[in-house]
Amino acid sequence: MASLDTGDGGGGHKKGPGVKKAKKLNTRVDMTPMVDLAFLLITFFIFTATMNNPTTMDLNMPKDTDKKDELTKTKQSGALTLMLGKDNHIFYYEGELLPDGSNFKTASYSQVRDIIIKKKREVEASYVRDPACEAEKQNAGKPISLCKQKDFFVMIKPTDESSYKNAVDILDEMTINKVERYALVKVADTEMDLIKATEASAPKQ
Amino acid sequence: MPSVKIPKKSTDTDMTPFVDIGFLILSFFIMATKFKPPEPVPIVTPNSVNSTELPENNAVMISIDKDNKVYFSVFAKKDPAIADEIVRNVALSRNITLSDAEVKNFRNSITGMPVNKLKGYLAYPAAEQSKIKQDGIPVLDSATNELVWWIAASERAFAGQELKYLIKGDGESKYPTFKAVVDALKRNDKLKYNLVTMPEGVPGNSELDNYNREVQRLGTKK
Repeated sequence: MASLDTGDGGGGHKKGPGVKKAKKLNTRVDMTPMVDLAFLLITFFIFTATMNNPTTMDLNMPKDTDKKDELTKTKQSGALTLMLGKDNHIFYYEGELLPDGSNFKTASYSQVRDIIIKKKREVEASYVRDPACEAEKQNAGKPISLCKQKDFFVMIKPTDESSYKNAVDILDEMTINKVERYALVKVADTEMDLIKATEASAPKQ
Repeated sequence: MPSVKIPKKSTDTDMTPFVDIGFLILSFFIMATKFKPPEPVPIVTPNSVNSTELPENNAVMISIDKDNKVYFSVFAKKDPAIADEIVRNVALSRNITLSDAEVKNFRNSITGMPVNKLKGYLAYPAAEQSKIKQDGIPVLDSATNELVWWIAASERAFAGQELKYLIKGDGESKYPTFKAVVDALKRNDKLKYNLVTMPEGVPGNSELDNYNREVQRLGTKK
């Protein structure tokens, strides 16, 4: 307390036993400008920094072919068709589109993951052991469990009105849900008609 | 009297640790910062869970902006002569001869001009090119899909080397443009592409994600 008193009194006012105080003052450097500068630089670097480096997603397309034996074969029971419409709407059906369009449904991007998972589980549940496939996977060093979804095939059909983001989002869902077989396919005319009809009848929200 | 002295003493804080931390953070940012390359064409890419990093060499990038315009750029820092060759070839396919200066201007540019306007565009140095409004490389009509030539030219220039095709599309661009780009690649028998995206966390608590992680865990153990 005593030392405080002397220091304080001397610093603030005129009465001066000078030497001691002068020394005390010298050791203290005013850091404020330095701090100012440092934080200015920090903010500059934070703003210019590219923290998120872009990443890449692999996409392999099949070769266009007319030969029948080169076409990818899919089982109807394991097929899921997703059509990407405008304004972030998804239309989908399982298996083959019924002539009356009764299995043609609408979904949103938040629901699509559940639809994919549900279909995948269904396919996996009906899996009959296939030793040939399991041996093949084992040779390739991949888990045998992948064979369970060998009949599962997702067809992604973006319409002309869907955005690039829609397509990437769905491709991303394939990665997230570990879907092994999927393809980007052109929308068929009958499907396009159904999409148009649904969009016309559904009131805009 | 003592009540006056105490507040006076407390105003004086020791800033040293503060400064220490400040400079620590500062040095971190200086070291971690990679400067953003100037982007003449702003493109907001969609997010994905993929985490493969973008290659910096031996790649060509096809960009699609939000107005569905297509641009072409070459990533060949190691050997810029490759970029020169590509643009020369493309111009030659239309009987346009580019001067050396014009070819140099192509190196770090992002070009989205129909070939007949290419010479006029490359007359400007890279710094001024960003001010020019580009038309985009025509792709939508398959008869005048000029991107096919660009890809064929890069295929020739990179002959014998690994070449990656990056497609960087704006999230708002429409799908047909992307399809036209893919068609152009397909016509050159290129079937493997890399889509440029921004990283995003893998959504948790889905069973399949857990499975995914399990595979990863087993993979690292091996």
